This record gives sequence, structure tokens and C-alpha cells, in this order.
Amino acid sequence: MSGLTAFLFVLVVGLIAFFAGAARARALDDGKIKAHSRPQYHGAWAMLLAVLPALGFLIVWSFGSGAYLNKQIDERVIAQTSEKSAVSDTLVRSLADGIKRLDAPANTNPPATMSELMPLLAGKGVTLAPDTQDYMIPIALDANSMASRFGWLGGLGALALAVLGALYGIRQVAVRERARHKVERVMLGTLFSASTIAILTTVGIVLSMLFQTIAFFSEVSPWSFFFGTVWDPRFAAAGSGGSQGQFGLIPLLAGTLYIALVALLVAVPVGLMSAVYMAEYASRNVRSIVKPALELLAGIPTIVYGIFALVTLGPWLRDISAVLAGGSPFIQAQSILTAGLVMGVMLIPVVSSLSDDIITAVPQAMRDGSLGLGATRSETIRRVILPAALPGIVGAILLTASRAIGETMIVVLAAGVAANLTANPFEAMTTITVKIVNQLTGDLEFNSPQTLVAFALGITLFFVTLVMNIAALAIVRKYREQYE
Amino acid sequence: MNVMNEQKIEEAVKARMTAGTNEVIKMRGDKVTVHYGEKQALFDVDILIRENQVTALIGPSGCGKSTFLRSLNRMNDTIAGCRVGGKITLDNEDIYDRAIDVVELRARVGMVFQKPNPFPKSIYENVAYGPRIHGLTRSKADLDEVVEKSLQKAALWNEVKDRLHDAGTGLSGGQQQRLCIARAIAVSPEVILMDEPCSALDPIATARVEELIDELKQNYTIVIVTHSMQQAARVSQRTAMFHLGYLVEEGPTEKMFTNPDEKRTQDYITGRFG
Repeated sequence: MSGLTAFLFVLVVGLIAFFAGAARARALDDGKIKAHSRPQYHGAWAMLLAVLPALGFLIVWSFGSGAYLNKQIDERVIAQTSEKSAVSDTLVRSLADGIKRLDAPANTNPPATMSELMPLLAGKGVTLAPDTQDYMIPIALDANSMASRFGWLGGLGALALAVLGALYGIRQVAVRERARHKVERVMLGTLFSASTIAILTTVGIVLSMLFQTIAFFSEVSPWSFFFGTVWDPRFAAAGSGGSQGQFGLIPLLAGTLYIALVALLVAVPVGLMSAVYMAEYASRNVRSIVKPALELLAGIPTIVYGIFALVTLGPWLRDISAVLAGGSPFIQAQSILTAGLVMGVMLIPVVSSLSDDIITAVPQAMRDGSLGLGATRSETIRRVILPAALPGIVGAILLTASRAIGETMIVVLAAGVAANLTANPFEAMTTITVKIVNQLTGDLEFNSPQTLVAFALGITLFFVTLVMNIAALAIVRKYREQYE
Repeated sequence: MNVMNEQKIEEAVKARMTAGTNEVIKMRGDKVTVHYGEKQALFDVDILIRENQVTALIGPSGCGKSTFLRSLNRMNDTIAGCRVGGKITLDNEDIYDRAIDVVELRARVGMVFQKPNPFPKSIYENVAYGPRIHGLTRSKADLDEVVEKSLQKAALWNEVKDRLHDAGTGLSGGQQQRLCIARAIAVSPEVILMDEPCSALDPIATARVEELIDELKQNYTIVIVTHSMQQAARVSQRTAMFHLGYLVEEGPTEKMFTNPDEKRTQDYITGRFG
């Protein structure tokens, strides 16, 4: 029995429990004592008792049995070859999956050699890695039968649990039973676990980068990474010694912050002003056109902005500068300015849309109070509305800044991939994200510092944004002007 | 500011003496109509607002009294689709005239709202807001003085003098409303409009604000919208009764509450409708 079938069966049992529980509650209600909960709450509680433990069991069982199966395969492979290969159990598993897809009787009794088996598998559209060995076929067969046995055991176990839970839940139905509170508690638990998913994922992401980062720092000293001013990883051929590159973070970090700064200098004033216009001045007709249009702008993929920067804005700026300087251009076609401008335009809708909502949320009473004292509209906005909306606006700007720092495609196309360290906005520079992509693409040994540096960069970026967010929270808390 | 007020009082006293009566007309409504889009909310309201008196506007909900109040300092301008017809004058100047600057008008005709709405700033900054935007003071010392005087006039000074830089929103509801009154006073208006200023307050805070209104009428002309008959009787000298967008009757409060000309007024005051 597959996991999905078991899941469906459990749901069916849950539904039956729901109706049975509700019906029992209705039958018990003789009108003498006021029932504590309405029948559907009794039904829901019975259903939850039936479904939740069974599903939990199913999940634990499938992970546990999968791990056990892998271990068995591993042991068999080692027994056969007396050497441990990191990939052989993966090969066996894909072979097992392939055999399962063959027609009977080959799916239980396949040919004994790979040379015979391969064409059969190819006929089913299954291609296997070339170093799949003959001895793996019996192991794969055993794995299949074991997996199916585990599937049945797990499915039946889950079903049994579901039935037991349902019976228990239905038995529990009583006039003064507090089913409503119990259902409420389950709701609370569900909401809580939903909110922890994000946190746990963050922890997982950090951990997944942490080990590679440690491996990187065992080969390159943290000092030369964090304070190095030269980025030159040298894509040397594997094994050719003495080609230790230089992994200086400073040029990349500077480029990241520089481009983000230029982008924010464009996006924040323009976005904020357009938000003020839309929230405070625009008539309903104008607003109903401009706001969706701006939000549409936010939906354009960043690569499209990058193309615009590459083929239009960059060359245009270069030509303008050539005319201004009378000959040789002082703005390069790929420059910080180009990337920052285009990224800024990309971010305008983000700033304006978020700020618009925040400004609109400031109570009308604030505006009335200020206008009633003889303030003009713009005085009201500058002195009352924006200060009241400030915490939200800072939050919006930070969200925007994180997007600017994480942006890759625009930078690749508009500012290039050259890791310079310069203060001149007319030259090319690059960012951390671009280099992460650079280091991870291509045929590289995965354990060389050239690749591992990507993880160190990633974790650095993570902490940079983390520190920014914490700083922002502190600022917001300090300058908060509460209007309730 | 203080000097200005004293001058004003003197002038008013003089005007009374020369007129041989103790009443000076501060504002006048002449066939005032208000439309919200297609819907007419106010029909031909003729009314006189007397200087240094409290005029109460009463009537059931939706009768147009708040609408009328808001047209006295053109707060209705901020509502889309709102049109005001007829003529409203302040010291014989048409306030809807093109030559009138609405910002200046609102500095002369201040407003206190139903729900206390202090700005999310410190107590000091709340009161200093008006003087700052209108440039009424020359120095920090001047501004300090205006803030102190305004808070004193609003009977709030003693309660907040040690925490002027705490948030205004941290005060109790009644204190917040007196802060809003102080904020309105700080720009030295001539008329103060109050839109149900006590409806969000408890009885003790209400009593404080009512006391305050009584004191303020020496220096200001006050127009107050209220749903409480007792409040109207307690604080006002003149009462105007609105119903369905019409001004039913206007007269001295005492007469309105004891011997009104109109049956509708009688019925409303005695609680037979509304």
C-alpha cells in the first residue's frame, strides 16, 4: 500500500468519525441539560483524534522505514564489494525504481545481467547511470519487496490507529464534553506550528551553509577572507598545486552595498513621494489606474530590467558621457550607476506599494486634527502623517534594501562580474550574489575552496541582512509614534 | 497672543456698549445649504453666532448639525463631493469667498473633534504644532510661554507640567481631549468649534471639559454640537435645534428648554423622539 492510499483511507475514516461523532452528539442531546459544544465540534474532535495520530505515524514510519531500507542496501553493497562508495546505494535505489516500472514478470524476475536489463529499462524510458553493476540487481529486487512490505505495514498500522482514534473519539462524546475547547487547542497548535516552519527553515538554511563554510575556512584563513581586498579565486585546473587564489570579501561587500545604496537613493524618494501622492492627493479614478500599473511594474522579472540596462541604459549613459567629456566616455557601459538606476526603478513599486498601505492606515482623525488647526496638506503630511507612519515606512525601506542586496540578474547584466574595489560610480563593480552564482556554476570539484567560498559568501550575506533587520527594529522601536 | 486676546475683549466690550446690547454677531449663516454628491444634507440654514457665547447645536443623529459645524471652518472641503451653498460670514467676511485663505480661516476658527485625536507626539509638541506652522512665536522662550498658557487655559497644565515631553497619546481620554482643546487654543483662534467633545469621555472628564468650556467663553466664541440635552442646558447660552437638515428653531437656551416655539423642539428635548 502506498503512502498516498493509506493517507486517503485515513481521511475516509476521519470523515466517518466526523459524521458518527456529530450524530452521537445529536442523539445524546435530550434537551434537559444544555450541551457544552455543538455537534459539529464533537464530530471535528473525533475526526482529529482519528486523523492526526495516524498521519503522524505514517510520516514517522515512512521516514524511518526509508532510512532503514537505505542502511540495509548499504550493508549488502559493502558485503558484495567490501568497499564503501558514496553513490552505490543511490544507484541501487534508482535501479529498484526502474525495475518496478517494468511489465510483469520482469518486474519481479528480471534478467540477471545489466546488459540484458538495460534495453528493457530503456524501453520504459528509464536510463540508469553506466556504473550500475550486475550484483545490484538482486539487492534492488530485495529492496523492492522490502519496501512494499514496509508500505503495507505502515498503511495498515496507520489505518488501525485511525480506527482506534475514531472509536475513542466517538466514545468520548458526552453532553458536557468540552469538544469545542479541544478543537480550539488543536487550531492553536496548527497555527503555532505554521509559524515555526519559517524559523526552522531559517535554521536549516544556516546549518546547510555552515558546514561548507567551516570546510572553506579550514583552507583559507578567515582573516584573508573578511579583510582581503583582492578577489581572485583562480579557476585553476584541479590538482595543479600552488594555485591558491585570493578570496577577499571587501570588494564584493563594497559592491553590494554601493549598488544597493544607489538603488535606494533612487527608489526611496521616488517611491515614497508616489505613495504620498496616491494616498493623500490622487482622486479615486487616478488611484484605480496608477496603483495597479505600479504593481504591474513590480511583477516584471528582474532579468528583463537587466536586459534594459544592458542594451539601452548602459550604452546611452556611456554615449552621453562621451559627448559631455568630448571624446572618451567617463561612464562605462557596465557601471554601478547603471545597475543602481535600473535596480532603483525596479524597487520603486515595492517602496510605493508598501508605503501607500502604511500611509492609508494612519487614521483620518490625525489629518482632521492637523487641517483643523490651519495646517496645509503638505504640512500635515510632513509633520503628522509621515512621522506617524515612520515605523512602517522604515520597515518597507528595509524590505526594499534586502531585495536590493539579494538582487543578482540586474547586477550581472548592468554592472558586470569584475570584482573591483572603487569609489567611482561610473566603473564596473560586482556583488556577493553574482559571485556566488559564478563560483557554483561550471565543472568544479565540490570540495575546492573555489566552490566552498560560495557558502562563506552566502552566510556572510545572511548575517549582513540579519544585522540590518535587527538595527531597523531597534530604530523603529526608538522612534515609534503610536497613534492608538 | 495674549495681548491680541485682551485687545479683542476690549473691542468686544466697546462694541457692546456702543450697540447698547451685550451681543456682537461673530458668525452668520445665510441660507446655508450643503450637498454630499446628489444628496442634500442641509437646507437654507439662517443662524447668528454671538461672540463670547456658547451656541449649542442639538438634534437627532443625521440632522445636519455636524455638517453645519464643519462648514463653519470649511472642514467639509476635505470631503470629496461636498458642496456648500448660501453664505457664511466671519466678522462680515464671506468665508467661502475666493479671497479667503482656508488655512488662515481654520487658524481663526479652530476645531475640537468627537474622539480625542492628539498627534503621536509629545504633549509639548502637540500644543506647539499650531504656533510652529503659523510662525506665531519668535523664540523658544516665546513658544514655551504659549504652550504653558494654552495648557493652563485648557486646565491641563498642573497635571502635565512635569511630563511635557511624554507622549500625548499616553494621557487619559479626558486629558487627551483637554490637550486637543489646548492645541486649538494655542493658535489663538476667535471661534472654537466642538463636535461632541465629550461623547468619548466618562462623566468626571465630561464635567471637567464642561467647566472648561464655561471659562473659555470669556475669550472665545464657541459652537458645540452635542447629543446630551443636559450638556446643552449646562454650558450654552444659545441653542439651535436641527432636524432632517433644517434649522427648526434657535434661541436663548433657557427659553428653548422651557418654552420653545416649535413642537418638534419640545418633543426632542423631552425625549419623545430622536
